[in-house]
Amino acid sequence: MWPQLILSGMAIGSMYGLVALGFQITYAVSNTMNFSQGAVVMVGAVVCYCLNITWGVNAVIAVPLTLILCAIFGLLIERWVVRPFARNGSQSWLLSTIALGIITENIAMLTFGKEVRGYPSVLAETPVSILNFGVYPLELVIPVVGLASAIALRLLFTRTLWGKAFRAASENPDTARLLGVPVTWLIALSFSLSTMLAGLAGMLIAPIANVSATMGTLLGVKAFATAMIGGLSNPWGVMLAGVMYGIVESVAAGTLGGSYREIVGFLVVIAVLSVRPNGLFGRSQVKKV
Amino acid sequence: MVFKHAQSRGLRRRTFLRGGVGFASAIALAKLTGCQPAATGETAGDGTGNASGEPVKLGLIAAITGASALSGESIKRGLEVAIDEINANGGVMGDRPIELVIRDDESTPAKGVAAARELIEREQVAAIFGGLDSPVSLAMLPVIHELETPYMGVWAAATGITRNDFEPNYAFRVSANDNIVDSFLTRYAQQEKGASKVGLVLINNPWGESNQKGFEEWAPKYGLEIVGIEKFNDGDTDISSQLSRLQSGGAEALLLVANAAPGAQMMKSLDRLSWDVPVISHWGISGGRFPELAGEETAKKVTFVQTYSFFGEQSPVGEKVLAALQEKYGLSGPEEILAPVGTANAYDAMNLMALALDTAESLEGPTLREAFYNLPTYEGLIKTYEQPFTPDNHDALDEDDYILVQWDGDQIVPLDA
Repeated sequence: MWPQLILSGMAIGSMYGLVALGFQITYAVSNTMNFSQGAVVMVGAVVCYCLNITWGVNAVIAVPLTLILCAIFGLLIERWVVRPFARNGSQSWLLSTIALGIITENIAMLTFGKEVRGYPSVLAETPVSILNFGVYPLELVIPVVGLASAIALRLLFTRTLWGKAFRAASENPDTARLLGVPVTWLIALSFSLSTMLAGLAGMLIAPIANVSATMGTLLGVKAFATAMIGGLSNPWGVMLAGVMYGIVESVAAGTLGGSYREIVGFLVVIAVLSVRPNGLFGRSQVKKV
Repeated sequence: MVFKHAQSRGLRRRTFLRGGVGFASAIALAKLTGCQPAATGETAGDGTGNASGEPVKLGLIAAITGASALSGESIKRGLEVAIDEINANGGVMGDRPIELVIRDDESTPAKGVAAARELIEREQVAAIFGGLDSPVSLAMLPVIHELETPYMGVWAAATGITRNDFEPNYAFRVSANDNIVDSFLTRYAQQEKGASKVGLVLINNPWGESNQKGFEEWAPKYGLEIVGIEKFNDGDTDISSQLSRLQSGGAEALLLVANAAPGAQMMKSLDRLSWDVPVISHWGISGGRFPELAGEETAKKVTFVQTYSFFGEQSPVGEKVLAALQEKYGLSGPEEILAPVGTANAYDAMNLMALALDTAESLEGPTLREAFYNLPTYEGLIKTYEQPFTPDNHDALDEDDYILVQWDGDQIVPLDA
């Protein structure tokens, strides 16, 4: 039973981690976040479902196409929902991105419908037996994808010129601009990266959790909690926090009962943050200059 | 540190307008490409046949849009087929045709309550038919009792709808009742599956709780031991550990109460455990795309309850209704009837309503309510109703009228088929 709980917790936790990475990226570059990430997860799943299942587009084309659409969505969100409000240091982007999430969800209800649809996938058809318990192959793939994404982002931020530019843009946008760093573009880019990650999470989770207009709501909240526990400062920490959070939930549901999944999960979040306000792996807010 | 954005001038009016226009067109586009929700507030029952008097208005409040839209459509079809037939035979109360006024509750209790008040006070309907959602019907009870208008349930199964605390009781039902369903399922587990120990797998909401009460009441009466009660939520993707607790508790059958999506996840979790155990379910799994979500092979393994099946040999009434449905809605056969239980219950409920109107010879709520206790025998679709309602029992259907079914592909067929 324990390996089962831990594995299915890791799979769902990697999803939280993936979406939380999106929070982390935009925060690292611009100190703003897109609170409609949960809705973007849903958009990824729904768009991919429509392309691949409804219109029969081959997955090899449907998946990248969905990612591109999610990236464009990210650019639009930054341009119209964040940028106008983030000027002059206002915090209104908080509300505008939350509002966008609700609007997106309702548009999905109007167009895709309110029904829950199944996403057929060979990776989630027959459980494989490991030590006498069953997991779907996809559940083994998901943590790998999560880990790979975290590694990639970490390398991007620490080992490339782009990463330097990103960090410069967040440390001191005005100076960076003077030195020729395209700050505005980098911020837009960080948003499209974050929505791509959310879309990826949506597509990965669809065969296991089904597709519906409301699938992203709770996921978005849990991903934000994950980002906070992870500490918003490095991709590793965020991913690890996601996996841990998934395991805590899964163990709570498996041992105490399904009613305790959210109760225990969020209690742990509150407990961690009251002890470590900057998260488990976060740096303190004092910046070395 | 304060984050400064690119153009640190205020929000330009032109930018804002451009964004607004783009946004509005996006929504318009989404609405155009999507499925337009059906217009609500329509009236049904076109042919008034040989009834030439002033129409008698009856209301239907059900889910016409949203996740349960299928249920609203299937109820509407059952009512309309019955109305066509009644109106062709001269209507009710002499020569008055029946006219149906439909409102969408969107599965939301508050909307159902508002619609009930509007239908009774403004549209002057004589009675109201309810939809699939128990919470909506339960929420409407105070209004229908305050305005003394009979309610006729055709789907929602919560025990408390008909067994309420109102005196006099205006709520009647031609549908399953949770408490009776629980007795029926428990008895089946014991007698047909030979189980002595059962596990309960319930959705974590009031409906799950209503059935938990019922199972706990009936299990001991059939000599069954409940070895565990596991609750799960709509979004849970893997409940195999909860199920393995029931397995180690020695459960020989599982009793399931959940709607299609979570029910499908529960079946998939059984797959993970490779635990081959009989699953006996309430009819929640028939309200969505259960076979699509669980996989057709897995879906076949569940036995669940319905009140009627259009498959197999049909009575003369069954053949008549089937023919009418096929003609009116262009269906090729019983396999195209969506959510058959809503249609069947609604057909009989409308006919009983017409008989009550004839008996009462009045549209006054209290008189009409009394008439339900004195109905003539009616040979209906589900059964022949002899005094279906008494002051102590407002449920026209009981255990003997329930049937067991299973999925075959995406059709619901009787167990013995």
